[in-house]
Amino acid sequence: MFDDLRDLYQDVILDRARHPRHGGRLAAFDATAEADNPMCGDRVRVWIARDDAGRLGGVGYEGCGCAISLASADLMAEAVIGKDAAAAREAAARFESLARGGTLTSDDPAFGPLGVFAGVAEFPSRVKCATLPWGALVAALGGGA
Amino acid sequence: MNVDTRPAAADLSGLRADFPILSQKIRGLPLVFLDSAASAQKPRVVIEAMREAMETQYANVHRGLHWMSERTTDAYESVRDAVAALINAASREEIVFTRNSTEAINLVAHSFGRGILRPGQAVVISEMEHHSNIVPWQMLRDAHGIELRVCPVSDAGELDLAALGELLADRRVGLVSVTHMSNVLGTYVPARRVARLAHEHGARVLFDGSQAIVHRRIDVQAIEADFYAFTGHKLYGPTGIGVLWARRELLEAMPPFLGGGDMIGTVRFERSTWAAIPHKFEAGTPAILEAIGLGAAIRYVETVGYAAIAAHEAALTDHALAIVSAVPGLRILGAAQDRGGVVSFTMENAHAHDVATLLDRQGIAVRAGHHCAEPLMARFGVESTARASFALYTTRAEVDALAAGLHRVREFFA
Repeated sequence: MFDDLRDLYQDVILDRARHPRHGGRLAAFDATAEADNPMCGDRVRVWIARDDAGRLGGVGYEGCGCAISLASADLMAEAVIGKDAAAAREAAARFESLARGGTLTSDDPAFGPLGVFAGVAEFPSRVKCATLPWGALVAALGGGA
Repeated sequence: MNVDTRPAAADLSGLRADFPILSQKIRGLPLVFLDSAASAQKPRVVIEAMREAMETQYANVHRGLHWMSERTTDAYESVRDAVAALINAASREEIVFTRNSTEAINLVAHSFGRGILRPGQAVVISEMEHHSNIVPWQMLRDAHGIELRVCPVSDAGELDLAALGELLADRRVGLVSVTHMSNVLGTYVPARRVARLAHEHGARVLFDGSQAIVHRRIDVQAIEADFYAFTGHKLYGPTGIGVLWARRELLEAMPPFLGGGDMIGTVRFERSTWAAIPHKFEAGTPAILEAIGLGAAIRYVETVGYAAIAAHEAALTDHALAIVSAVPGLRILGAAQDRGGVVSFTMENAHAHDVATLLDRQGIAVRAGHHCAEPLMARFGVESTARASFALYTTRAEVDALAAGLHRVREFFA
């Protein structure tokens, strides 16, 4: 009955939602921002810390949301750690088009694991869940330069 | 010996044929529509009444001296009589058509709030209000110096009447504005007790009846209300038409809400005068077709009968509470003694959205989110819930499908 739902709820997504690798706030950080979805009450806050070279040395998050949004936050953190602000913003834009269009448009190896979100495009009401943490990340990148 | 005094559950399954949309299949599965508290489906008589009006007797109301306008005015105004009869208003002039419940409450917040209440007075709402019965009072508070007080609800999801008494004790409260039935918990508020408590302390009382009027007969005089608001689209009517009922003396004392055509006596550039009630509160061309649709919906509900609807939905709700609560890890919000056909729940290890998406894949439509009641979510320590809600066309088999669906969702996320 749920065979087609496996496109949406891939094992990686269920696993990351249950066992996050990057969850939690950073003790020391350079910027933080929150994104929320007023339609449903989901919220994600992202903390970022820059290293000496200006790259993202650490990314943490806390939030309350569905499996899609929490797994997205966790995989986002993994994908952008080590990138500079411009590359992280570009990743956010590529993720948005992935979630909306269902096609991966990056050959960046760090982006690969995010391909599990391609199935979200088939569920228009859930796209916002996947992009929510990226919105918080972009907001954090914009503040506290 | 225990005697069950409730009427036996009525078999309303034959009525499903009256609702064309219910025969649809979703992804090849029969539609199990359990989101009627958000908006109900429409019986064919409502659809036909609106179509027929457009095809045979449509013109603007209260304006033309011609046949079409007179017929349309009669059709529109006859709905006012139907609404007055539905809720036992003392007169048809006490019925004001609005766009929805939200607009009705905003009308009171604006006209009664700014025109009658004085700065320093207070308005009491409850923890289980829809945002539409919170935000207008916050706006009044900020614009007009009104204090906003919040009456708590118990863990069972019932209004704390002792606390309400304390909030009223200083007699500074001008209005108590509470839901008659919670859209999240299903709780029915003991309306007459609330009204009497308010009146004993010199306050008026408004009930948001958006949910309540769908499931039970409302008698605004019996519950001793001062204001009553409801919307057409939850009562099997179209969107865009709602009702504010208020006691005549209140409507007469209140200044107009919106200005424009239809609400005036005479207009001069120096000053204008207002039409008599209810037209004083109905500026501009009203929702003519929607009112006609609401009239058809009221006739439909009256034909089915509130006694049959209430008995049917009570049996469904009891059944749902029993079999849904048996799903492991499932928590139902609220346990009010007196409740209507709404069941909100959370599931361990699964967010409400995930639950809703997996139910949707099984053809089952529920709502998930904060249900426009964020403070109530906070009160119960949850971010969101999934909600199943029942209507006169809901069947026991649909409730069984919900429970079976929830077992599958649980297995998926186990």
